[in-house]
Amino acid sequence: MNKEEKRSHSAKGPFLPLLAALMGCVFLLTGCHGSKGLDAFAIPESFDAGREHEITFWAKNDTNKTQTAIYEQAIADFQELYPNIRVNLRLYTDYGKIYNDVITNIATNTTPNVCITYPDHIATYLTGVNQVVPLEGLFDDDRYGLGGSEVRFDAPSREEIIPQFLEECAFGGHYYAIPYMRSTESCYINKTYVEKLGYELPDTLTWDFVWEVSEAAMAMDEEGNYLVNGQDVMIPFIYKSTDNMMIQQIRQKGAGYSTEEGEILLFSDDTKELLETIAAHTRTGAFSTFKISSYPANFLNAGQCIFAIDSTAGATWMGSDAPLIDISADKLVEFETEVMAIPQFDTSNPQMISQGPSVCVFNKEDPQEVLASWLFTQYLLTNEVQIAYAETEGYVPVTSRAQESPEYQEYLSGCGEDNALHYEVKIKATKLLLENVDHTFVTPVFNGSASLRDAAGQLIEETVKSIRRSQTVDDAYYEKLYSDMASRHHLDQLEQQQGSSKEGKSDLGPLPGPAVLLLSALAGAWALMLAYIVFYRAKKKER
Amino acid sequence: MKKFSTLLLTAALVFTCAACGSEGDSQGSSDVNSEVQDSSEASTEEESEAQDSSEADASQESEAQDSSEAEGESEAQDSSEASEEGSEAGTEGAEGAEAKSEGVMTYAEYDAAALESEVVIETYVQAKQSWWEDKATVYTQDKDGAYFVYNMVCSEEDYEKLVPGTKIKVTGYKTEWSGEVEIAEGATFEILEGNYIAPVEDVTSLLGSDDLIKHQNKFVAFKGMTVEPCKDADGNNIKDADGNDVAFLYNWDGSGQEGDDLYFNVSLNGNTYTFTVESYLCDSSTDVYKAVQGLNIGDKIDMEGFLYWYEGVNPHITSVKTAE
Repeated sequence: MNKEEKRSHSAKGPFLPLLAALMGCVFLLTGCHGSKGLDAFAIPESFDAGREHEITFWAKNDTNKTQTAIYEQAIADFQELYPNIRVNLRLYTDYGKIYNDVITNIATNTTPNVCITYPDHIATYLTGVNQVVPLEGLFDDDRYGLGGSEVRFDAPSREEIIPQFLEECAFGGHYYAIPYMRSTESCYINKTYVEKLGYELPDTLTWDFVWEVSEAAMAMDEEGNYLVNGQDVMIPFIYKSTDNMMIQQIRQKGAGYSTEEGEILLFSDDTKELLETIAAHTRTGAFSTFKISSYPANFLNAGQCIFAIDSTAGATWMGSDAPLIDISADKLVEFETEVMAIPQFDTSNPQMISQGPSVCVFNKEDPQEVLASWLFTQYLLTNEVQIAYAETEGYVPVTSRAQESPEYQEYLSGCGEDNALHYEVKIKATKLLLENVDHTFVTPVFNGSASLRDAAGQLIEETVKSIRRSQTVDDAYYEKLYSDMASRHHLDQLEQQQGSSKEGKSDLGPLPGPAVLLLSALAGAWALMLAYIVFYRAKKKER
Repeated sequence: MKKFSTLLLTAALVFTCAACGSEGDSQGSSDVNSEVQDSSEASTEEESEAQDSSEADASQESEAQDSSEAEGESEAQDSSEASEEGSEAGTEGAEGAEAKSEGVMTYAEYDAAALESEVVIETYVQAKQSWWEDKATVYTQDKDGAYFVYNMVCSEEDYEKLVPGTKIKVTGYKTEWSGEVEIAEGATFEILEGNYIAPVEDVTSLLGSDDLIKHQNKFVAFKGMTVEPCKDADGNNIKDADGNDVAFLYNWDGSGQEGDDLYFNVSLNGNTYTFTVESYLCDSSTDVYKAVQGLNIGDKIDMEGFLYWYEGVNPHITSVKTAE
């Protein structure tokens, strides 16, 4: 029973937006000394195979030993093909920690070479000059590009990368990453309990259905045990990622989240309406979140939850027969698990988020080092890596070459043959995404989009917390909540900038204290130097 | 005059350079980027980060620098201090229960309080686990019981003041997460006069009993336990590259690396339990981390740590020694 992830991101780390701000400061400081940052990467004429290259790869795994082993194998295989490139692997289990460390290392010019990341995070990395390598030139390079003539492995062509997934890595007019794996969210359902409550699962899950069944599950006997499970604990509906919950509900409603340019639309009446519904079901005890209660999988497997929404990449933890179980055997309950797409408002137009790791390449002074990094990045798209990694969880390979390969098709067709590699829930979750790629979406990427995402989730978390603590949640509450979230995540300032730029103004406000201090000191120093020269010349004349 | 001017110029230059990296004004800035907008707020971080980076530079061969690893050293020191001081200072604490201030709950009242209700406690820091985004997680204890305070609002400056023994008044909400009863994220605190280090309490005989949970979050000892092989989800022994059983894992399944949490199994009277060295509490530079890395299957060991809970007992061990 040791799945537990770190609930906090780091042992001792700074406030992330502030850490991001550090980057800005460093660029200012380097500006003080005349540096322009890194030069833009230019593809070398040829790869220097006679030189040793050492690159670092910061990878994210789901605290999964098999995934770690796949990374290690990929590195070993790549190094065999390129004996002059040494790849140092550093493992993370948390995107936030990678983000934190990358920003810290941008400030000291010690970024990794290759890094698993989210496009939202790259948008922040891009505040550094030429820090992240735009990849379109490399994609199309005849010799070292995707499937290029000089590439020593069977790489996919650009056309073989699933277009939707590749487009998720494009923003600001460039491709700043390649997709590595894709997942979405799915609803893992205790079908046994749904039917026990007198319901039948519909073809497409709706929010109304989930709320209705959840409320029905709250009925208790005289002793305070829930009728549906006979236990004194039941949270019928638990959501793991509340930022995804809010984002997907908003998208399905056709309500505002943000514009492509970064205008914030989240704090709206539509959002309030969604929060009010969530609040109402929290009040009855029918809804909670991972941050407030714990892993949906733990409650689901203990028969204490009916609808558990989590990533398809968490499928191996879901269900009575799950290969990975985090609760003791005596708490495990037998039930039939159904895997469905997340609930919808409009069943004729299902919408679900596309998520999963992407890979970016950081720029370095030595273009040969960058080229070595790119070659390794490209290697992560080979069938060997793609298929092996996708099979560890409810992930989908990002290339049609891998998806259509006989090996992968055989894997999918083996659904349910065993409770390990072919675990039914996992493969059903995978198929869910494969069949719904056209119904997936991503949110706009801009500098600040990562904060907006956090704020979206926190709206739900704060509302749920307040309800559970019997606090008053009314119009005034939501007004204050909006204001607090906008301020905490600096979205109010982003809005101000949006407003300013719309009006064609660029009012950056008064100069900050240190800037005034710095300019005053510089002026003072020049004045003293001038005074000294005048004084020296005057004295010389006297002589 | 020449000397004076040179001195003035030098002072101005130093002042200028210092200003380059100095603290800013959090109110005045309005940067273009929302995530890089509050440079002034970042400035205190900036200095410490810069120091941390250089520390990391010196200590790590890798090009990559991990601020948290470098920073983690202080956490480890704190926890080991707590561990070492515990038994020495324990007698101090045994001199009599301290009266609570008005409006402050006794431990019994806290224990009886409903989940999600507001609680106000006075307690003493025993160990610091983490600080992140102005939130601190600490193990605390008074003479009657222990309180785990998760992500309370805390500046970095205040965090430094929370040395083991520090008395604090915490206002927050009681909650439960995977069996761990704690004061929820967002609690506030103030530092008070007073100092207390809890004596270590031997709970070895309570392992496997329903009474163990009554000691949740306390600083406790387990004595005379035997190191067992690590097992996979199917109950099979996990092997290393040479085919040997292993005595500990990085992360629960061995998916991690040095620096990650350590998991190891220990048994007593035929029952096996999984204990953890929580890397935020005790990082890879600490004695306990190294001691667990050096464990062999069959070793008999005594341990100290905090009685954390995650879907069952999951002690966060801060000290491992050969059994007496």
